[in-house]
Amino acid sequence: MFRFLLLLMLFSLNSAYAAIDTYEFKDADKQARFHDLVADLRCPKCQNQNLADSNAAIAQDLRQKIYEMLDAERSNSEIIDYMVARYGDFVLYEPRFNSQNAILWLGPFVLLIAGLLVVIFLVRQRSKKNTSEDSSMALDAQQQKSLQKVLNKDKK
Amino acid sequence: MPRLLLFIPLALFGVLILFLWKGLSIDPRELPSALIDKPFPAFKVEALLQPERQLTTADLIGKPILVNVWATWCPSCRQEHNQLLRIAQENKIAIIGLNYKDNRQAATQWLTELGNPYQFNIYDESGMLGLDLGVYGAPETYLLDAQGIVRFRHVGVVTEQTWQELQAIMQSWGANKNV
Repeated sequence: MFRFLLLLMLFSLNSAYAAIDTYEFKDADKQARFHDLVADLRCPKCQNQNLADSNAAIAQDLRQKIYEMLDAERSNSEIIDYMVARYGDFVLYEPRFNSQNAILWLGPFVLLIAGLLVVIFLVRQRSKKNTSEDSSMALDAQQQKSLQKVLNKDKK
Repeated sequence: MPRLLLFIPLALFGVLILFLWKGLSIDPRELPSALIDKPFPAFKVEALLQPERQLTTADLIGKPILVNVWATWCPSCRQEHNQLLRIAQENKIAIIGLNYKDNRQAATQWLTELGNPYQFNIYDESGMLGLDLGVYGAPETYLLDAQGIVRFRHVGVVTEQTWQELQAIMQSWGANKNV
């Protein structure tokens, strides 16, 4: 039974990689770039799979296109621009900074700074309050006298 | 004033609820097209029914059209076919077919059997025009204005409701003559 399972796992591994391994590259550099690109680009049809993982027809086409473009000596950024021009920013797993997503990039920092300002404001206000309370706590001469009186009474 | 400040968390919670509520009605599978307000990609491809006829971008310019991406292997295309026939019958806009990664014989048979709502069909056997257009799955329907600029994309089955939406967009052009 264990052997059978092992065998099954072996075969399932093979089929998972089969989709990628049909390409023949001229050199190792292109092969490495191909693997980087298909790992970093997202399949438009799938919700959360990169091109390497997906068996969707469109992912196969895009892999083919990437292979052809690499073969035609295009640079990585040219290939990525090509994909974004057709499928939009959705295909990027490493999103670029632009006006539409600026709030996502900058929002956390804005909130952090706002939070710090609030903390500073509160701390200042509290310490101001404390010092003013201290001065009001201090007894004036009259109060000092009556306090002394009470204390002396206890002693008797 | 400090009493009012106590309501800030509640207000933030309200905003959060608003966004989450909106999120419920967003379909994450529907991508915005990267080609909105850009010209339809240049192409030179055979017609489906007349292989000797070469179609180009020039065939799409002149009046507003719908470009419907379809294939015989696509079940949803069959589902929307009757709606497309109804739209064609209303005669308010021409529908051009983009037969996507299909078999010519099967596609021809499909049109004979189910009826042909298309003025002509672009036979994109390799899917390369589809790729240039940013098609990620049939059916998709594009609304082009008279200059051949892509103005709207609908992904999925065209229903009566989609058709109403498309008509509303075209009517907004009528009011605004510079499109």
